[in-house]
Amino acid sequence: MELNFTGTDLCAINGTRSAPEAHYELVVVGAGPSGVAAAIDAAKAGTKVLLVDENPVSGALMGNDVPLYFGGRMTAATQNSERMLEAIFMSMPELETAMEAGVELLLGTTAWGVYRNGPGVASLPEQVVGLADNERSWLVGFDHITLATGARDLSFAFPGWNQPGVMGAAALQMLLTRYDAFAGRRILILGSHDLAIETALLAHSRGVEVAGLVEVRGEPQASPALQAKLAETDIALHRGTAITSAKGGIDGVESAMLSNGEEVVCDTICVAIGLVPSIELVDAMHSGRMLDPNRGGYIPAGEATVSAVGDCAGLAATGFDHIAYRMEWMQALTANSTDDTIICQCEEVTRADLIGVQPPNYLARPAPMCARSLETLLQDGPANPDQIKRLTRAGMGVCQGRRCRDQVAMLLALEAGKPFGTIPLATHRAPVRPLPMKIMADWNEPEAMSAAWDVWFGIPTQWVPVEDIGTQYEGEHRQMLYTGMYE
Amino acid sequence: MSGSDVVIVGGGVTGLSAGWWLARSGVKVTVLDKFIVGWEASGRNGGGASHYQSPLFDEEQRLWPQMDELLGYPTEHQKERIIIAMTERQWEQYRFVAERHHRLGHPVEVLDVKQVQEAVPLAGDNCFGGVHYKFGGHANPQRSVQAYAWALQDLGGKIVQHSPVTGFETAGGKVTAVKTATTTYGCDAVVVAAGPQIPQLMAQLGIDVPLAPARAEMIITEPAPMMPIGGVDGHKLYGRQTMRGNLAYGGGPHEWIDVDATGPKARPSTPLMRNLASRLAELLPKAAHLNIIRSWAGVIENSPDGRPIIDRLTSPDNVVVASMSGVGFGLSPASGHAIRDLVIDGACSFANIDMLKLSRFDNLESDWRQKRGWMPIP
Repeated sequence: MELNFTGTDLCAINGTRSAPEAHYELVVVGAGPSGVAAAIDAAKAGTKVLLVDENPVSGALMGNDVPLYFGGRMTAATQNSERMLEAIFMSMPELETAMEAGVELLLGTTAWGVYRNGPGVASLPEQVVGLADNERSWLVGFDHITLATGARDLSFAFPGWNQPGVMGAAALQMLLTRYDAFAGRRILILGSHDLAIETALLAHSRGVEVAGLVEVRGEPQASPALQAKLAETDIALHRGTAITSAKGGIDGVESAMLSNGEEVVCDTICVAIGLVPSIELVDAMHSGRMLDPNRGGYIPAGEATVSAVGDCAGLAATGFDHIAYRMEWMQALTANSTDDTIICQCEEVTRADLIGVQPPNYLARPAPMCARSLETLLQDGPANPDQIKRLTRAGMGVCQGRRCRDQVAMLLALEAGKPFGTIPLATHRAPVRPLPMKIMADWNEPEAMSAAWDVWFGIPTQWVPVEDIGTQYEGEHRQMLYTGMYE
Repeated sequence: MSGSDVVIVGGGVTGLSAGWWLARSGVKVTVLDKFIVGWEASGRNGGGASHYQSPLFDEEQRLWPQMDELLGYPTEHQKERIIIAMTERQWEQYRFVAERHHRLGHPVEVLDVKQVQEAVPLAGDNCFGGVHYKFGGHANPQRSVQAYAWALQDLGGKIVQHSPVTGFETAGGKVTAVKTATTTYGCDAVVVAAGPQIPQLMAQLGIDVPLAPARAEMIITEPAPMMPIGGVDGHKLYGRQTMRGNLAYGGGPHEWIDVDATGPKARPSTPLMRNLASRLAELLPKAAHLNIIRSWAGVIENSPDGRPIIDRLTSPDNVVVASMSGVGFGLSPASGHAIRDLVIDGACSFANIDMLKLSRFDNLESDWRQKRGWMPIP
């Protein structure tokens, strides 16, 4: 069959993409103190600025621990988006200042991806950030993007952590300070570094009963000033001990068992061992990152058109090795729990199945499969979390690995006997927040894309049944399926 | 040639299947991969296994239902497909293809809107109808590539990862060794199944293999309620419901690119996700509220006619080159068998694959990529 080539492949992406709806000189993602300050500074200098923040996120997303580890301890107030929006303005008077300075502000607006041309892609009309609210998604072009996405909770698995009432310190702080929507009454805090004691003092000051702090190391880890403040309260500090399990009932956590044998009655266990800089967007756009144990983990390396401010650029460096501290917790929690402890809540992957690189329970495990493990996989090469998540499904769920990504890397490091920094970071992929199909959808697709959309490459000879080649059916096939292509 | 060494360049699904087939015949096999097995297109595709256009079709259909048992590891293979038409034009096209299947003896059934809704609980009344293929199916690409790799190892084959091939040694009209940066692997025969890197590797042997790489994208949702048949697509999308329930779909425009000798520098996805999302929301409206949780891209090499190249060369005469031209995953049980036959017997035992010979491009014009518009965007 003769094809008439025109030098143009209609089915290629070239020139068919939707254009961004707007263009800003600066887009700031995250309206916390650092993001707002960056936006105000730029606006005062005459820059056209868009400031977006995903909060308030929907109650459904909060239930999936997005963006923070809320652990199901929100009150019904979080279902009322107008009240939540009001609460944000009340708690952040700087937002008014920003708007007065000329910053365009969009709350309840998620930045789900940043895209620019580079290796492997040259088809974007300009660099864009993908945005979405609760009705639609759209693209915005920018000259410079400042990420002020903060830090997220680092979660840890122990028996019973997969029930309501186990939550993160950043989530607890947000519920207490911004939304006044914390549903717990009596909390036990894991950790004793600055984050843990700050959280304990905040909760105490808001009238939440703090049942104690649990510290795996022999001594409290916080700064002397914070330790002194803690000493002014009657909050107990359990040293040299770890949590072994959370007991609970229909409403979630009822008590925590400690490795020293104590049982602490509480309705909430707040994991305050550490925060992780929120680098999802940076990583998903293939911008550089580096590991800095003193600043909470992987942080953006920074580049000319992408900057990071606030906690997402790295936690304040105080000389504390966050990675060593986390690893010590992970070791203790592993030593004090059985291998059937769930590591990935979304996909219900146990530690045994993670370390055994076993498939999910809906698949058969014949003898050869059972004989495989991380140990046999390591004979082929270094541990790679992306390979292990494909096999075990750990990190493949609706929370997008927010709850288990870091834990999986730590467990692989421990099991492989390698430093944490040698285990690659499991990739972040857009959308960096779960987004419903109907909201993500481009309902105004350019005609050039619609007209030439093919299921595969639009090569007229590719799918002709072998029996039809050289018969009349070959021409019919092409006429029916590839009209207008290559002619 | 039992007992001799075959080195396979490329641990994608085609190379791994070929290695597994050779190991089953008692051949000592070493598979060299630049990174981790199945890391490129083999592990990130739509998982379809219904390639009626191929001379390997019958063998593909014969083997897939047995693969879990033959390999000893789960592939998540599931039978049958339903293709749903969302426009009048698609309805016309899909019925045309159904008619061809009927004539070729492939069992198909045309479904009206009501029958589509009965067979596909996530479909709506917004479709024109569908075609039920009572053949074909789909499997999990990631799990299947690892299954081939492990099965090959269980038969004594070796897999060497993180080892890009840098060149060959030749003597007496044969390749005698394959080289990586650190090691030279002596061999009696070589299979070059390195996807987009094939042209650069084969150029070292003085062989011109016309292949053009391109990037394509997919999306996946959170799990949906399980449908009785997971192999549902149409609306010019390809994809499937996984056994976990996630909806994984791709289709639409591709981007022509160039790759380095050691592979693509990156595999970025783009806002094309939004166009995939709108089509999938139309195809399966009762799933339109579900969250998209990931997107990704892969790099695929394409031959000038879009058909595979599976050929044992005449000089050097111990080299088999194998590119599936962007449609390799589903055909892998059969392509591996064919490659095994070419390596050991010099001819495919179960199908006439002469149409897949490299020599069909002997008179190809040198500007074939430009003529087709298959050039990277400058």
